[in-house]
Amino acid sequence: MAAVAIDGKNVSGVPVFSAKNEEEQANMATILSRVLEGVVHDMGNGVYIVVRH
Amino acid sequence: MSNVFWAIASGIAVGTLARYLMMRRDVRQYPSYPHAVVNHLSLGFLAATLGAVAIPALAAEEYTAVTFLALAATQFREVRSMERQMLVALETSKLVPRGKDFIEGIARTFEARNYLVLFIALLTSGVTFWQGSLLGIIAGISAVAIVRKLIGGKAIKDIAKVRAGEFRFEKFNLFVEDIHIMNVGLERTRKIYEERAKAVVLEPFNDNAREILANVGQRQAIAHDAASLLGIYRDVDTAEFTPLLRRNIDTGRIGMIILPMEPDTECLLQAVRHVPVLESAVAKPLASRAGRCAAD
Repeated sequence: MAAVAIDGKNVSGVPVFSAKNEEEQANMATILSRVLEGVVHDMGNGVYIVVRH
Repeated sequence: MSNVFWAIASGIAVGTLARYLMMRRDVRQYPSYPHAVVNHLSLGFLAATLGAVAIPALAAEEYTAVTFLALAATQFREVRSMERQMLVALETSKLVPRGKDFIEGIARTFEARNYLVLFIALLTSGVTFWQGSLLGIIAGISAVAIVRKLIGGKAIKDIAKVRAGEFRFEKFNLFVEDIHIMNVGLERTRKIYEERAKAVVLEPFNDNAREILANVGQRQAIAHDAASLLGIYRDVDTAEFTPLLRRNIDTGRIGMIILPMEPDTECLLQAVRHVPVLESAVAKPLASRAGRCAAD
């Protein structure tokens, strides 16, 4: 449904939210998961994706 | 009064009583709503009436009356679809849904119980008609007792060993022992898991059980029952706390993770052990030659 990345690197094809640092990234991912009723997954390369299962 | 009257009356009475006794208002809280109980008792009464009149009608050479039994079949199919529609409609308001298989199982049970009521009423009225009220009622009550025993079905404890398990995180991946459950992205979510989560492992006794537990609907039923009995630590906007059951594809063992409101492991195990085995999930590979040959 969406991705949250620092400086928007490594992601395309979904709405991308850019964060300045890891703390902001985690906060944004939490808010997005609550709003979209999705689950946050860590891609392992500094990108969080929000997925509705 | 004539024995026809007593045959019909005893058939209706025993049949309706059978429907009441078969209505299990148990821990799953269904059907606990007073109106649902009234609905099903009324349908049970109708089923009992149809069953009770069949033999006296046949004896009076009123053969067309038997066609009413065909009406009963249509009526009971309607019961099944009514139950299914209602439960599917309510599904979206559950934090942990029952799943389609569980709903189909419940709907099928309601239909089948009406047929059982019809047969019990038929038996009672038949025996009363030919042998008198006392024997008729004894036959009816014995049939009720036998049916109550037969409709029990199996539970998870009959097919698998249910025990508490250990869970851990490897970076962001959540495991129950060697079973990967899911990727939990956020550190704060992982912390809540470490504080509140409980893990359960289900070890199937044989290949039949392994295939039953492989059924996704069966696993959803386990998650639903456990969550509704112990409460669930989640709300609509915290999907990451949904209970999950995943399978070790090498062994067929199931790992379950749940965040119950009541953190009592023994009660959780009890809840899982008593989940019914769904009819739609039953598989018997061991009943076939190929299945037995592959099992060793």
